[in-house]
Amino acid sequence: MVITVASGKGGTGKTTVAASMADVLNDCVYMDGDVEEPNGHILLNPEIKLTEKVFKTLPSIDFGKCDFCGKCIEVCEFNALINLKSEIILFEEMCHSCGACIYFCPQKAISEVPKEIGVLRYGTAKDNITFFDGILRIGEPSAVPLLKRLKSKIENGKITIIDSPPGTSCSMVEAVKDSDYCVLVTESTPFGLNDLKLAVDVLKIIGIPFGIIINKYQPEFRQLEEYITANGFDLLLKIPFEREIAEAYSKGILPVTYKPELRNHFKKLMTEISGKIKPEKVNAG
Amino acid sequence: MNSFNSTKEISIPGKIAVTSTGGSMDSLVSEQFGRCQYFLFIVPETMKFEAVSNLGEQMQNGAGPKAAELIIKYGADVLLTGHVGDRAEEVLKRGGVKIVDGYNGTVKVKDAVNIYLSNKSKEQ
Repeated sequence: MVITVASGKGGTGKTTVAASMADVLNDCVYMDGDVEEPNGHILLNPEIKLTEKVFKTLPSIDFGKCDFCGKCIEVCEFNALINLKSEIILFEEMCHSCGACIYFCPQKAISEVPKEIGVLRYGTAKDNITFFDGILRIGEPSAVPLLKRLKSKIENGKITIIDSPPGTSCSMVEAVKDSDYCVLVTESTPFGLNDLKLAVDVLKIIGIPFGIIINKYQPEFRQLEEYITANGFDLLLKIPFEREIAEAYSKGILPVTYKPELRNHFKKLMTEISGKIKPEKVNAG
Repeated sequence: MNSFNSTKEISIPGKIAVTSTGGSMDSLVSEQFGRCQYFLFIVPETMKFEAVSNLGEQMQNGAGPKAAELIIKYGADVLLTGHVGDRAEEVLKRGGVKIVDGYNGTVKVKDAVNIYLSNKSKEQ
């Protein structure tokens, strides 16, 4: 069972929610998929046991064999290869490692070479949380290959919580897709509402069931709840906007550790979410 | 046909590429390189030109380097435009195209070429 915690807007509290969920479940897998700025380790404090390098592949042209026919350039969907007549140059950051150039080269002049794009880290946190995170190399344009590698570590039988990158672009889609359920975290601001709508649109298109948590909840901002009610979406939890929660967070302490009533809310939440997921999905494979 | 230009003392290029908003010499210069509407290739000796529409206008990404590739393919020696991005600049430099940037979109293509040519003759 895979539950992804996502949001449109950054800074709404995805990591706080995802880490809190992992903390109350205890026997589960937590994956920090926000590989451009992972910070789940600050709240869960894992002991890292293993680090694995992650690579993408790039084409390498043997100019001894290349006859500049231009087929590779023609089939490249991403304009990563440019013909200088006497040389074909590759813009590494444009390449999506699709392999079309290699496949179609009539001279078999192109081979695959690996390029490191980041690392995965594996460890344990608290008593029984299996912890994973990914760290994307600075300057690497796409988090998707690293996220795919991270998601390959998902094992059936255990609940896996994926902490998604913010936004609604490729990396968020990659984190969310194939999930059984998605928790969208938003906040009581016009920005939170606007970006929540964008995230909802994504989930509707890719067909992932979801519920909403309002973090830093302030009842005065009524538009947010009006939107949720009007559309019949599930409002899972409201986490109040309180100084002591923020203070705990600023010290790297999870609010569920700090506030027993919030811990109970999260326990109930996890039971509720398990009930929402179709049983055939829980048992699948 | 480029033999005239391959001698050392040439200062007048064989072919000038200009980014343009339209397909004629009276069109305004496009400040964008990779996503301009047309490239005009002009032979200064005769002021005859060829207009090529730019497919890069609709490309999701990589329009700049792809446009640079086209400039090289058409054998331009000089490019007059508003601004060229880093990747396109790399391709143009490696392809031996001289970049003259900073032209703004209020100038007609023919005037841009004349300004360039008169500056060029002053240099001599």
